[in-house]
Amino acid sequence: MTDLSPLFDPKGVLVAGASTHPGKFGFVVLHNILSCGYRGNVFATNLEGESVLGVTTFRDANELPDDSIDLVFVCTPAAANVELLRACAAKGAKAAFVTSAGYGETGEEGRALEQELAAVAAELGMILAGPNGQGVISTPSSLCAQIVAPYPPAGRIGIASQSGNFVSSFQNLARQTGVGVSRSVSVGNAAVLAVPDYFDYLAADPATSVTLAYVETVTDGRAFFERARATTARQPLVVLKGGTSDEGRHAAASHTGALASDEKVFAGMCRQAGITQAATVEEAYEAAATFATQPLPQGPNVVVITTAGGWGVVAADAIARSSLTLIPLPADLRDEIDELLPPRWSRSNPVDLAGGETRDTIPLVIEKVAAHPDVHALLQLGIGIQSNEARMMRTGEYYPDHGLERIVGFHEAQDARYARVAAEVSAATGKPILVATELAVSDPDNAGPAAVRDAGRVCYWSANRAVTALDHLWRYARFRVRTDT
Amino acid sequence: MTRTFSEHESIALVARYGVPVAEERRADNPDDAAAAADAVGYPVVVKLHGDAIAHKTERGLVRLGLADAEGVRVAAADLLALATVDDGVVDLVVAPMVRGARELIAGVHTDPQFGRCVMLGVGGVLTEALGDAAFRLVPITAADADDMLDELRSQALLGPVRGEPAVDRAAVRVVLLALSALAEGEPAVRSVDLNPLIVCDGRPIAVDALVEVR
Repeated sequence: MTDLSPLFDPKGVLVAGASTHPGKFGFVVLHNILSCGYRGNVFATNLEGESVLGVTTFRDANELPDDSIDLVFVCTPAAANVELLRACAAKGAKAAFVTSAGYGETGEEGRALEQELAAVAAELGMILAGPNGQGVISTPSSLCAQIVAPYPPAGRIGIASQSGNFVSSFQNLARQTGVGVSRSVSVGNAAVLAVPDYFDYLAADPATSVTLAYVETVTDGRAFFERARATTARQPLVVLKGGTSDEGRHAAASHTGALASDEKVFAGMCRQAGITQAATVEEAYEAAATFATQPLPQGPNVVVITTAGGWGVVAADAIARSSLTLIPLPADLRDEIDELLPPRWSRSNPVDLAGGETRDTIPLVIEKVAAHPDVHALLQLGIGIQSNEARMMRTGEYYPDHGLERIVGFHEAQDARYARVAAEVSAATGKPILVATELAVSDPDNAGPAAVRDAGRVCYWSANRAVTALDHLWRYARFRVRTDT
Repeated sequence: MTRTFSEHESIALVARYGVPVAEERRADNPDDAAAAADAVGYPVVVKLHGDAIAHKTERGLVRLGLADAEGVRVAAADLLALATVDDGVVDLVVAPMVRGARELIAGVHTDPQFGRCVMLGVGGVLTEALGDAAFRLVPITAADADDMLDELRSQALLGPVRGEPAVDRAAVRVVLLALSALAEGEPAVRSVDLNPLIVCDGRPIAVDALVEVR
């Protein structure tokens, strides 16, 4: 296994080809490294030796102090880069991220340059990421060596992507959900390191608890399978696959082959390797974020707790379509909840409180349901309703009189409390408790979803999305039970 | 270059690895075919057989549900008359008629990216239209085989259907593990079709097989 720490946790970085023009990548990456709090040495080269963002530049990498950097971030033209790698290696650099274009993506000549670059890196014993990639981030080192925004919050999701745009998408979703990233890398043309080549490092990385990958082409299917299998034995691996082709199907003469679309073979391989395959970018991110923040369920049994009927009904439908089970409410649990609510509550699963709750009902119901040994996971719906009314009151013309100030404060404190209780009870019982409301997107500052985020968890946009994420957790938990023997 | 085994060779190979198959007998003429049918028990199926014959159903070279010796003689004579010069040396295969409302398909496929895979699907004439199939890379475990059954969309088809019991999961597992072992043990095999795999009293039986080798 290649030790990729010089790429992700370098003691110093050289930006080769720093520019004074704020529209150029050579400026942007230096700006991003400096402004996101990287604590190592930062150097830059520039043909004119001009100062960029207060950093004194060298004209040539040969002028660098010895052993001051591990990583060179390459923005210089393809033709200059072989010499650059040699100079950086001589100064002790162990890794290069090449963002420069003009390689394999441009045709035959570019492919030759790319092969030469790879050969030189191998000769120098240098890690080579890219070329034509958008960068690398590593929150344990506060490193944002990227030619694009954003810099995501710190977290435990490690990302390797064949598309730089999807790195940005995942990082944007990290900002939106508040569930952050440990490392991320855009593999670019993958001259040396392709997406699966990052799996071993991320699986062994103490800062990473789940790997999230976007893949288009798989050059060596067996190697991909073996690496994925080694990863899923340690931690979840979520894969979003793009670019399905029918190559396999066309080549087949047999009936078996006629059924063998690339998509089906890939999907089967994923199930066999314990990969969590997601269909969309949001499904992929939410699966990874759920793995990163919730315990794995020990069984399929879900109880839905809702403050109103319709949400529970649709959630139940979603559970019926999944590998999860909406269990009949155990009689002893029903009796316990009977003590807490007026008789109009559903007395079944989904537990529909039917508006019968008072100050402490929701936290108590969550605690009792989660404590029951037959229940493996909870889905909590209806958070934020009170704070939504509070927003109307606060922004209406009667505020703060007529008792509105007091009730607004009460509502918001209650919603925040529900979110806190969900996270605390989940941690205490080791059972996943997922909270869903569309307010997470329509009004993210609502005290309910805001408190879910503050608790470090995802507030799902809908019960369906929460069920999809929980289904992924249960499938992976089953895979581990099946294979950890 | 690839070539295909004859049906009889194909059936013999998959049977050697543990795939349950219908008992087959060979015959050169209508009288021998009738004698073979007497031995395996009626009703029977009679097929024209030859090394160069691959897709028999499409060419009408299979006669199903023959109930007595006279019917077998007539069918055998018809089939022998349908043989063409391209078919080379031909004879007849006589096998008991395996009945079941459900047909599965299973096989081995060589994928350009992932290499050899085992496949299980919902069979019958609508197989390709339904496209309900699951693939795993060779070699597979028993748990993989079970998960392939779970992956099929047509789960209702695997339960009790029209008076027949549910599909015996353990028996399907035997077929899939046999195909995986075959792929591992026979590096020259590029593809295997067990089509159809008729579910008879809940247990899959291969009534036709086609093996393609490099």
